[in-house]
Amino acid sequence: MKEQLQKDFDKSIKNLSLSQKDIEIKKFCLDNFIDKGFPNKKEEDWKFSDLNQIIKNNIGELSFYNDQTSTNKVDTSVFVDGLEHNKIVFINGRIEKIDFEYEKKDQIEIIDESETINEFENSNSLSDLNNAFTNKCFKILVKKGYQLVKPLIIYHTTNSKIWSKNINLRLNFELDKESSLRLIDLFNDTSEKNFLNIFYNFELKENSVLKNYKVDKFENKNIKYSFNNIDQDKNSVSETFFLSSGSNFSKNEINCNLKGVYASAFVNGVFSLNNDKHHEIRSVINHLTENTKSYQLIKSVLDENSKAVYQGKIFVNSNAQKTDGYQLSKAILLNKESEFNAKPELEIYADDVKCSHGSASGSLNEDSIFYLMSRGLSYQQSIDLLINGFLLDVVEKITDSEIKNLIKNMIGIRE
Amino acid sequence: MDNRQKEINNYKDYKYGFSTDIENIQAPKGLNENVIKFISNIKKEPEWMLEFRLKAFERFKVLKEPDWQKPKFPKIDYQDLYYYSAPKSMKDKPKSLDELDPKLLETYKKLGIPLQEQARLNGIAVDAVFDSVSVATTFKDELTKQGIIFCPISEAIQNHPELVKKYLGSVIPTSDHFFATLNSAVFTDGSFVYIPEGVRCPMELSTYFRINASNTGQFERTLIIADKGSYVSYLEGCTAPMRDENQLHAANVELVALDDAEIKYSTVQNWYPGDKDGKGGIYNFVTKRGLCKGKNSKISWTQVETGSAITWKYPSCILKGDNSVGEFYSIAITNNHQKADTGTKMIHLGKNTKSKIISKGISAGSSDMTYRGLVDISSKAKNSTNYTQCDSLLMGNKCGAHTVPYIKNKNSESNIAHEATTSKISEEQLHYCQQRGLNPEEAVGLIVNGFCKEVLQQLPMEFAVEAQKLVGISLEGSVG
Repeated sequence: MKEQLQKDFDKSIKNLSLSQKDIEIKKFCLDNFIDKGFPNKKEEDWKFSDLNQIIKNNIGELSFYNDQTSTNKVDTSVFVDGLEHNKIVFINGRIEKIDFEYEKKDQIEIIDESETINEFENSNSLSDLNNAFTNKCFKILVKKGYQLVKPLIIYHTTNSKIWSKNINLRLNFELDKESSLRLIDLFNDTSEKNFLNIFYNFELKENSVLKNYKVDKFENKNIKYSFNNIDQDKNSVSETFFLSSGSNFSKNEINCNLKGVYASAFVNGVFSLNNDKHHEIRSVINHLTENTKSYQLIKSVLDENSKAVYQGKIFVNSNAQKTDGYQLSKAILLNKESEFNAKPELEIYADDVKCSHGSASGSLNEDSIFYLMSRGLSYQQSIDLLINGFLLDVVEKITDSEIKNLIKNMIGIRE
Repeated sequence: MDNRQKEINNYKDYKYGFSTDIENIQAPKGLNENVIKFISNIKKEPEWMLEFRLKAFERFKVLKEPDWQKPKFPKIDYQDLYYYSAPKSMKDKPKSLDELDPKLLETYKKLGIPLQEQARLNGIAVDAVFDSVSVATTFKDELTKQGIIFCPISEAIQNHPELVKKYLGSVIPTSDHFFATLNSAVFTDGSFVYIPEGVRCPMELSTYFRINASNTGQFERTLIIADKGSYVSYLEGCTAPMRDENQLHAANVELVALDDAEIKYSTVQNWYPGDKDGKGGIYNFVTKRGLCKGKNSKISWTQVETGSAITWKYPSCILKGDNSVGEFYSIAITNNHQKADTGTKMIHLGKNTKSKIISKGISAGSSDMTYRGLVDISSKAKNSTNYTQCDSLLMGNKCGAHTVPYIKNKNSESNIAHEATTSKISEEQLHYCQQRGLNPEEAVGLIVNGFCKEVLQQLPMEFAVEAQKLVGISLEGSVG
């Protein structure tokens, strides 16, 4: 793999007009990655999955060079109907379109930050891989006091032109004071056997609000890794929702630093898996100062040999008194072969806190099924109704009603 | 004796902090094949036992000391320890208690351990392990009548080789982790219990461990076998003198429960925790594992952990037999600079297996408490259930309380429920108690005892009283 990495790296450097210094930084990241390799079970955060093995089984030989010199045609049929929105379109990892048609142009700034590299806490060797191979990185800055009128949808589209490729992309967001952004990541893959490696960095200033919905719904044979780093200032709010369903393997990581007082973070997620899929969510919420709050709710429905993993951690610093942290993960195993693993972790150094977590997994309640059947529903209808109710609970946590309806329609959840 | 008495007064907070001047026989310092042969030789062990030890030592040589645990400690120089230390007078084992070194008896008297015959009133059979050898076992006759074997494991190796051979290493194999393997290579003594088929052990069996000599590691090995339909309740208590350096305690405890058998294992661990600045204290790295081998068997662990500079142990249950039950009740209290990383593993392999985990952690001062646990329901363990509750209580903002549970469910017909909370003693509760005339320390003691009640209830009577007092003592000076 080492030769492949070197060769592909040299190829991609050639196509970019980078300064000597940038090349050196990228080279440094590449060497770091070659040194560490893909994360494996020896690392605590990857206890339940060996990425090397997963890549081998799902992809085989992976190549890292992406020809991004020619443009791809934007397929408008993938765009969401019935919801006016701004767009950023990635096709095969290349930014094809940035369109803020509904917004005031002077309130949003798009800055090229390709020269910077990101370093995150609680991250792993994939950030080195990402830094070494991303060619463009933009920062989207929402200016002070501006609240986007329409949500922003980022389309992550891949098409059959690529095969066995590693796609790296990176975006930075800054929300200035009193601003707000609703962001949907929508994955749409017609390709197979690729590895997407995505890093987002969010900087939330005082009183800003971020809502990020990651929707991986459509069946595909790709593997995905995504890392969100969120730094939150005083009184800011972040809401993150994962719908984890479509890809063969997917791991969503979120590292949230609650740095200002009264900052709060909400993480909600749904795993709906079948067919040998393996999905993970790992969250780290760092309560670094007083009066911060976090809430996490993850629900899973697992069928046919699928496997879901939830690793959640609440960290409370010694000066983060009056912290309120909550974490709940629930799973329904529908099939004998399915598997749910959880590691809900608390690390607490302050005494005046309210922190709790719960985790439950098991089968559907026989009594509930019996009750529904006695009212005339068939066995399958009863199961569907119970699962519907089970998942509705999480979807109802979405605070934006437009997007809530959109996601409900996507999962097929009724009220 | 006067000087010693004064010394004791100086160290009032840890009342077991005395050492006894008894001449010792020690193995040469360091760890190598010769030392292992020395231990085996002095114990007059048969050939297969030496092979067992050497096999473990071969494995030990390639193992690395683990470093994933939360409490970090300075590297232990395994060549700088004595692996065998025995009171000299024990070389020719005394036939009865009267022949025991009076100083030894005095030591046990100080510890409040009833070795003498009048102890009959207490109704507890005691096996006392001093440094590395078991020095006295009481009530032997009565137990023998029922066919119960309760003796030092070194004796069992001589007298009941067929049992030891069959079960030793069957739960903790020689190829296990670092400290367990070290124990397999150099273990010196410990208790052996065999309860024959259908017998309900008429009294509590109990062992007291004491580290006396300095620079010695204590490596005892306990093996308890409950044959079909039998029942036994076993207690374990530990103390050590106060010393400035850290001492290593790496014991192995193996339990085997056959069909319909039940083992109840209770520990009150009160090793020397080090002084207020975190100097000295015992490193308590113990491997405890129980195997519910037969159908309908049950193993229940209860532990009260108040001592040791570092406690690092996970008493576990392997629920292999169908319908078997595993339980784990734990109170861990850390104060000053103590560190604890403890919890349990429940491995469900058989059908209809059940496990229950209740863990209460209390940390005060600058201490750190971690609950780390594993619940693993395998794909064959149909219809199994687990319930876990781990609560932590924090006192002051210099201490830490952490919860790291691993939950694995591979069976759709099985249910797992896990709950954890972290909180502090509320001002209202304290105010209420003080208003009724309790001083702050008493109030905290009362509230903490209430917090721990679920676990204390599981202890045998005699121990429960001691444990309750211990809970109060351990937290002294942590309020205000």
